Amino acid sequence: MSTPFYVSPQQAMADRAEYARKGIARGRSLVVMQYADGIVFVGENPSRALHKFSEIYDRIGFAAAGKYNEYENLRIGGVRYADLRGYTYDRDDVTARGLANVYAQTLGTIFSSAGEKPYEVELVVAEVGTSPEGDQIYRLPHDGSIVDEHGSVAVGGNAEQISSFLDQRHRDGMSLAEALKLAVQALSRDTNGGEREIPAERLEVAVLDRTRPQQRKFKRIVGRQLSRLLGAADAASAPTEAPSDEETPEEEA
Amino acid sequence: MEANPRSTGRLPAAFLTPGSSSFMDFLGEHSPELLPGKRVLPPVQGVIEAPHGTTIVAASFPGGVVLAGDRRATMGNMIAQRDIEKVFPADEYSAVGIAGTAGLAVEMVKLFQLELEHFEKVEGAQLSLEGKANRLSTMIRSNLGMAMQGLAVVPLFAGWDVDREKGRIFSYDVTGGRSEEHGYAATGSGSIFARGSMKKLYREDLTEEQALTLVIQALYDAADEDSATGGPDVGRRIYPIVTVITDEGFRKLTEAEASEIAHAVLERRREQPDGPRASLL
Repeated sequence: MSTPFYVSPQQAMADRAEYARKGIARGRSLVVMQYADGIVFVGENPSRALHKFSEIYDRIGFAAAGKYNEYENLRIGGVRYADLRGYTYDRDDVTARGLANVYAQTLGTIFSSAGEKPYEVELVVAEVGTSPEGDQIYRLPHDGSIVDEHGSVAVGGNAEQISSFLDQRHRDGMSLAEALKLAVQALSRDTNGGEREIPAERLEVAVLDRTRPQQRKFKRIVGRQLSRLLGAADAASAPTEAPSDEETPEEEA
Repeated sequence: MEANPRSTGRLPAAFLTPGSSSFMDFLGEHSPELLPGKRVLPPVQGVIEAPHGTTIVAASFPGGVVLAGDRRATMGNMIAQRDIEKVFPADEYSAVGIAGTAGLAVEMVKLFQLELEHFEKVEGAQLSLEGKANRLSTMIRSNLGMAMQGLAVVPLFAGWDVDREKGRIFSYDVTGGRSEEHGYAATGSGSIFARGSMKKLYREDLTEEQALTLVIQALYDAADEDSATGGPDVGRRIYPIVTVITDEGFRKLTEAEASEIAHAVLERRREQPDGPRASLL
């Protein structure tokens, strides 16, 4: 039997992190952002059926970049966790903070256990509050660390560049159309600074809308409503036209 | 309990194991003691005394279905509660009303709501109305042991069938037997009287407003004959819970809307205590 090479713990961890980061970088980035009435999730996703964003519980949404089967597994685990917790105690006792902690523990254990391959995922857990001050956004990188974010956050391959673009332009109290436009702008930028067009049918958009009368605040924005919002943002940004009134009543999905 | 929902550690393996989209199945495997049907009852003499909910009625109309319930819970010959709610939304397109042991019924509704929501979140699509109705059947069946000890739960399930584009009503017996009702249905102790009332008033071409009045008339008749069913309580401003489900989804009438219909019915009953007459053939 040959003697195994000695690998320092630092090197082993760096290798695992490198592996996970590379996996995540293969996927497209996505953006989670606060706007006046809630939190919007925007990403490029050619699939209509395999979602990057989904509902976890009443006020809590989930977004993920990276390997589909791995984040889908975590998503379902989160839904089970939230539903069981809400059933055992009360719906109000399910919080994004609690869920983010559980995800952080789970990802952290997987990342540092030598027997398991690290997950190639980066998650965002967001909870919409009754006011913008109550909104919570947590970013969970592959190693189980947890970052409390404000305003906007991007995850995925190109996340750093997109984040800095967003940090400069995002402001509080943006309308949904404005926030959506900014997110699409950020996502359209290449690594080498160029821009490309993302057609509406390749966009996946969802919101946690605090003004929704239902208890469940998560809603996908698709079809006509999405094109209207994108159109409204264009009209509003065109200097020749008067600021468009985008507060048309939104139809319920 | 092996996996503790109270702990904040890593998700237990069961949470990350691919499996069924059913929350009940997950509970059954993971924490079976939390399932109402798995509860072991100590041997008891006679019937267990617990508050009972009474009459639930439903009627369909072109474009939707109405589900309503009175507000009284009784324990033996006593009124246990005057403003109990026995009609609940099950999800966006369906509602469930429950007669029988109130405590168990409310728990069952909570689990049923969660079951539908859980499926929707995991699968990204809603169950069919038929699927929902069958799920409720399974839940009642699991309660059979307790039903045998007098703790029966008998629901009425109504919803908008998105595929067939019509309102449908399902009724159940204590064994979980499910049957689809056409037009109107009632369950609970006052149901015989409510059904008789609806039988004479129901038409297939009712408008939504007429269907709403119909169910309140039926509840009034049930309360008139059955002491366990409560009529509209004008003094305390407690009116029946009335819900309507159309292709726009579930809607519960506001207190003002329910009181308006109830007052209109009461007003006419003052002149004609036995209510509207069906014309003779």
